[in-house]
Amino acid sequence: MDRDALIQRFTDAVGAHGVISERNQLRTYECDGLANFRVVPSVVVLPETSEQVRSVVRACHEAGVPFVARGSGTGLSGGALPVADGVLVVLARMRSIVEVDLDNQRAVVEPGVLNLQVSKAVAGDGFYYAPDPSSQQVCSIGGNVAENSGGAHCLKYGFTTNHVTGLEVVLPDGELVHLGGKAPDPPGYDLLGAFVGSEGTLGIATRITLRLLRKPEAVRTLMAAFEGTDHAGDAVSRIIGAGIVPAAIEMMDALAMEAAEAAVHVHYPEGAGAVLIVELDGPEAEVQHQFAEVERLCQEAGSTTIQIAADDEQRALFWKGRKSAFAAVGRISPDYYVQDGVIPRTALPEVLRRIAELAGERGLRVANVFHAGDGNLHPLVLYDGDVEGQEERAEELAAEILYACLEHGGSITGEHGVGFDKKQYMPKQFGADDLEVMQLLRCAFDPEGRCNPGKVFPTPRLCGEAPGPRRVHPVERAGLAEVF
Amino acid sequence: MAATLEGLERDDLVRPATGADAVDGVPAELVAEPASVEEASRVLAAASRAAKKVVVVGNGSKLGLGNPPERVDLILRTRRMDRVLEHAAGDLVVKVEAGARLADLQAAVAPAGQWLALDPPEAGATVGGVVAANASGPRRLRYGTVRDLIIGITVVLADGTVAHAGGKVVKNVAGYDLSKLFCGSLGTLGLIAEATFRLHPRPEAAAAVTLQVERPEQAGEAVRRLLRSTLVPSAIELTWYGRSGRLTVVIEGIRPGVEAQAAAAARLLGELGQTEVLGPGATEVALSQLDASPWEKAEVGIKVAVPPAELPGALTDLQAGWLGHGRVAAHAGTGVLRVGLAGPDLGSADQVEAFVGVVAKARAALAARQGTLVVAEAPPALKRVVDAWGPPGDADELMRRVKRQFDPDRQMSPGRFVGGI
Repeated sequence: MDRDALIQRFTDAVGAHGVISERNQLRTYECDGLANFRVVPSVVVLPETSEQVRSVVRACHEAGVPFVARGSGTGLSGGALPVADGVLVVLARMRSIVEVDLDNQRAVVEPGVLNLQVSKAVAGDGFYYAPDPSSQQVCSIGGNVAENSGGAHCLKYGFTTNHVTGLEVVLPDGELVHLGGKAPDPPGYDLLGAFVGSEGTLGIATRITLRLLRKPEAVRTLMAAFEGTDHAGDAVSRIIGAGIVPAAIEMMDALAMEAAEAAVHVHYPEGAGAVLIVELDGPEAEVQHQFAEVERLCQEAGSTTIQIAADDEQRALFWKGRKSAFAAVGRISPDYYVQDGVIPRTALPEVLRRIAELAGERGLRVANVFHAGDGNLHPLVLYDGDVEGQEERAEELAAEILYACLEHGGSITGEHGVGFDKKQYMPKQFGADDLEVMQLLRCAFDPEGRCNPGKVFPTPRLCGEAPGPRRVHPVERAGLAEVF
Repeated sequence: MAATLEGLERDDLVRPATGADAVDGVPAELVAEPASVEEASRVLAAASRAAKKVVVVGNGSKLGLGNPPERVDLILRTRRMDRVLEHAAGDLVVKVEAGARLADLQAAVAPAGQWLALDPPEAGATVGGVVAANASGPRRLRYGTVRDLIIGITVVLADGTVAHAGGKVVKNVAGYDLSKLFCGSLGTLGLIAEATFRLHPRPEAAAAVTLQVERPEQAGEAVRRLLRSTLVPSAIELTWYGRSGRLTVVIEGIRPGVEAQAAAAARLLGELGQTEVLGPGATEVALSQLDASPWEKAEVGIKVAVPPAELPGALTDLQAGWLGHGRVAAHAGTGVLRVGLAGPDLGSADQVEAFVGVVAKARAALAARQGTLVVAEAPPALKRVVDAWGPPGDADELMRRVKRQFDPDRQMSPGRFVGGI
């Protein structure tokens, strides 16, 4: 099937207003939140129903054309980077909240629904949707499912995967399956658990059942300033060691504060080397008691000043500073790279020192903003692309930071995903057999490797399962893949 | 028969099976007890070369789950793989070998004031068995199930391939989440050899509030109100005696918080019936009763799962026919009901047929509530005629494809799982 015929099929399926094929318009979709990589897709399709998604995917399947699903395009690992000569399926028009079922604490939504839209829809009834990535005003639930998105409050409440109970999925061959639902423990393999976080490589979720949580009775937030990250890290250890599970513990270092201050005027304490934002939530009596304990522990760890959010407005300001930190760094540096790595929380002081050392060696600055409670680091590597060699040095530094995380038993990504950006690091974290076995799952869902190809794994696996004479796969013939 | 498995260098890993090793009445030929991942890999590779069908067994506490295996050549027992490999107390993480008993894991992390927030009823259960059978208990309301707590896994596939996924950090999205795929897979994808979990602080105090209930709808309303409130109970359990029952709300945490919440729960439930806030001694007794399984070995055990608001409807469905004689213990806040039937009389073919009919009818009624029914325990005579799992749904073929990828020769527990996988 040639491109024109495919476009015709898409037009039949979704109408002319849902198909983009002009080069200029296509360029809008050439990258996601990670702008370092750009590929212009062959066609963009914007389906409005599950049935339309099926038709589009089936057409791709029959034509042997690869496709990539995209939500709001806020991902930071190039997970929604298009494939040249491939189709980009944009789910942004599927933006309905299909059902709110408060008695079962569930909402059923379409993939293009924005994360914050869910919480807003049920706020009046005292409920909310827990995962809160910093991009929650614009990121889509479908994208959250693909990336298993986290956020500041996942320390206590878990990630997207803990809050999705049902999925309707269009498989790469156009078949529709239902995984899970509103009831717990569906018999069979936990394919839902395997799908969430599979970065768009196993199919397209067209309907998502979410768990809603009751808003807590009490929320209390403090911001504690410290001389440096060592002391702040010590405070984190003391809090966790005391058996307290805060809703969130976030850390920002001096450089991150400088950037956030310039953007949103949080009034961070003068001269502070690090601040912690600690939030507790739950039943009033418990929160009150533990909050006093957190205050005491921060003081014991050497906190210089402690500000307690007096009301929701001030709490929102603390969080605004934190959540806008990535973008705010743009005010103090022409270019920056957002890294995402994980370490065991107890290795925090050591790894932060190592990052400073590595940055010093390369003459670059690194701002640190991160989820301290679960050891998820977000070092922001600052550089100036116009200065010769800086971009390369920044890339090197970002890679070295990941290696430091792995040396301490951590992970190359805590929430941004592997995507296109980090696939070459996968063999550093996992052995060849580990990656092979993971790809067995891919082969079950997508034997022809057409669904978001070239992501997550450094080398595609060929899924020859049929007995009989082995046929040479086109990818193999082109020399793009090895046979295992 | 000689106790050998060709290609296995050390014969002492394998012994002949006895009648006691039978799975659901299906006799086994050999038993292997590897003491490490490497040994387990060698055993499975040799079994694979010899085309042996393998059933993995931990302590056997949930061996009644699943359909009878089509064939059992080799039982792989994990109980010698019982080490707690790492407890990083400051990181609230523990890594264990699959044959370690859950109770031993709990004992190992308790001195740090921590626990793995899983409280399945089966005494002596191994960690691998808990993962493979997706076992859970009352506190799943607050902490979730195995899938929510496991952060890393080591598996050995049928051909002996050893693979890891996840890791030892709580937050990690690198690669596919094979840990979850193996949760509840009942040994049909491979051996779960090691698992890593996130831990929780052990609560310092507990209180229980009870409500006497006379009608299923009353229990449903009580659960609805609790879930709509800002209380954070660890468990909401219902014991149902056919015509009436008792709802128990478990509150755990720090002492001042627990007292305040228990009082609030009593106020909330007081509008619905007779409530009682149990004292410390009575709370302890109540908690230990909640942990018990509603069925014994060789009895019939039924597990029903529905959306929580369907609890009263499910109770009504289960009162029809034979199931009405059972003991019902429900994780009412999460919609999981368990029914235990003491020693059904299987003397005649009619009675067996009647049981099959009751299960089919209950499944149809529960399907209308978006629920499922699993026969979790039954004598072999019954299991040969009733499908333990019920209809697999439209992901049936996809599950088969997953099975074919991981275990192309159907060596691991053939026939045990959903849809005959």
